[in-house]
Amino acid sequence: MSGRIKVPYLFVIPVLMFGFGYLMVPLYDLLCDITGLNGKTGSISIAEASQLDVDQDRLVKVEFLGTVNDEAPWEFGPEVGSMMVHPGKQYQTSFVATNTVNETVVGQAIPSVAPGKAATYFNKTECFCFNQQTFEPLESREMPLVFVIDPGLPESIDTVSLSYTFFDANGLVSK
Amino acid sequence: MNAAATEADHHHGPAPGLMRWVTTTNHKDIGTLYLWFSLIMFFIGGLMALIIRSELFQPGLQIVDPHFFNQMTTMHALIMIFGVVMPAFVGLANWMLPIMIGAPDMALPRMNNWSFWILPFGFGIMLSTLFMDGGGPSAGWTLYPPLSLQTGDAFPYLIFSIHMLGVSSIMGAINIVATIMNLRAPGMTFMKMPLFVWTWFITAYLLIAVMPVLAGAVTMLLTDKFFGTSFFNAAGGGDPVMFQHIFWFFGHPEVYILILPSFGLVSEIIPTFSRKRLFGYSSMVYATASIAFLSFIVWAHHMFTVGMPLTGELFFMFTTMLIAVPTGVKVFNWISTMWRGAMTFETPMLFALGFVVMFTIGGFSGLMLAMTPIDFQYHDTYFVVAHFHYVLVPGAIFGIVAGVYYWLPKWTGNMYNETLGKVHFWTSTVFVNILFFPMHFVGLAGMPRRIPDYAVQFADFNAIATVGAFGFGFSQILLLVLVIKCIRGGEKATDQVWEGAQGLEWTLSSPPPYHSFSVQPVIK
Repeated sequence: MSGRIKVPYLFVIPVLMFGFGYLMVPLYDLLCDITGLNGKTGSISIAEASQLDVDQDRLVKVEFLGTVNDEAPWEFGPEVGSMMVHPGKQYQTSFVATNTVNETVVGQAIPSVAPGKAATYFNKTECFCFNQQTFEPLESREMPLVFVIDPGLPESIDTVSLSYTFFDANGLVSK
Repeated sequence: MNAAATEADHHHGPAPGLMRWVTTTNHKDIGTLYLWFSLIMFFIGGLMALIIRSELFQPGLQIVDPHFFNQMTTMHALIMIFGVVMPAFVGLANWMLPIMIGAPDMALPRMNNWSFWILPFGFGIMLSTLFMDGGGPSAGWTLYPPLSLQTGDAFPYLIFSIHMLGVSSIMGAINIVATIMNLRAPGMTFMKMPLFVWTWFITAYLLIAVMPVLAGAVTMLLTDKFFGTSFFNAAGGGDPVMFQHIFWFFGHPEVYILILPSFGLVSEIIPTFSRKRLFGYSSMVYATASIAFLSFIVWAHHMFTVGMPLTGELFFMFTTMLIAVPTGVKVFNWISTMWRGAMTFETPMLFALGFVVMFTIGGFSGLMLAMTPIDFQYHDTYFVVAHFHYVLVPGAIFGIVAGVYYWLPKWTGNMYNETLGKVHFWTSTVFVNILFFPMHFVGLAGMPRRIPDYAVQFADFNAIATVGAFGFGFSQILLLVLVIKCIRGGEKATDQVWEGAQGLEWTLSSPPPYHSFSVQPVIK
């Protein structure tokens, strides 16, 4: 009869679909990078950042927030609560983190930008969030952040909030 | 006794003793095993539902502690989905598909035995987690991290049991596809297949496609918890929201896996008792295929409130609402089949009609949930609980029960007790509405799901729902009694059983011989 199928071929489908489940992981990251979904911020080299035109007429308010996840042993927060910035110009600020326990710990800050639409325009040339941060017992440290807002930021946005959540990264492989 | 005679015995009847059920490769035996397994799990899952409803009878905490309550909601869902509805469908498929398409057996009989016998062990492991340190899984059947990663010792056992259920379903589904594609009687073209066969054919493809995705998702949870990966751990660059995307990419096709075979059952039963051919056969086939296709591109409607670009919300809203079109085609076809038919209302027909009416109620509340702005209010309330219980209980389960009554005389050779069957239908229908309809109201008023306590203004409706739950639960004992009585004896069934019944299964004797269609019939 026509339409007969060789049974082993049918087993190929679940194998492929199992792989597809894992393929969704990079696809999801790619989609987040393209759309700025999830507040994933962009990064940019210093050379590129200095090529941007500075928009002297426009001021955008950037707010900084720091949160400690769960019960991780940190005190963490921004040095200043907010800044007024010109798009296209580089600014430096920092966050302060303190290890509150008497042992060496590793932390990882994860950024998120609101509104989500602004995320792809928020570029960092230097950030403590690029790497895991190791702290000596009871160490307190200022961690710098250099950023530039792309002048292409939509006109409707006049405030951008940058939020970091500090996670306990002990035992995790660096991303 | 010489070798030839032993050979002949082997081919004429089942092996004696209990080992028959362990070693059987006969599609009818395996179908029976699946159906009994499903019925037993139905009572276990039902008991859990009654514990949930007892706790919710009054506001405040009185019977179980909240952690145990959460274990009950989680296990109730896992058991009812993977242990009741899916095995019942596979059982019906095993029993009926070969004799509906004129095949001697399933295409892969040994694998068939294996795919059944994995199930009791899978569920044995899953149920044993309730006695482990830290209790059973309690993060909901959706297993969202990071909450699900806080499960105690039960966690790896839960994941492995889900893997086992997945392997069982995939093997069952491959068997069904192979049977339908390769073993149809000569002359039975695809567009001559009974609709139950068609809906199972499409369901089997859905199963093969999405069960591995669930297996992948739970494997990622496992490696996140024990092997330091960060698929869903933000600290390592992962994202817990991604789990929801992967899960619902499986989860939405899964809900159609739980309903499409019931569509097929109802499409067999309504024509029989209307004494007319099914109206719009080919549109039924295309509608089923469209629903299956759409099920792959609507998953994020379960996640409107977790954050998504506006474009995404609109896309998932519109594609979801589009599903109402092929579903509507089906409902109107069933109604048109009945139009001017010489209808009678035996128990299978009553359950099928109950299915059409109450599944449609669940369909409409689903349409309400599909609208993004409205979903923001309904999300994770009892309105959602009411919605999916309407499509699953008087939907999927009523379809299964209708199928069981429809074919029970064929399986056993005896008619079931019609009066008792009608009592079963009416008590089930009245109580299922007392149980689930008030949930719409408390949901609209804002009562959240998966919480053992609630604000006092929800007390009256919850008390009513609990009464309905006990009524519905105890009504199902009637089903058990009816089935046992029917197996033990009763009025002898004719081969055709029902006056209006059409199809190959009715050309066999009641009960059918242990090996049927060894010579395939030719369809003209």
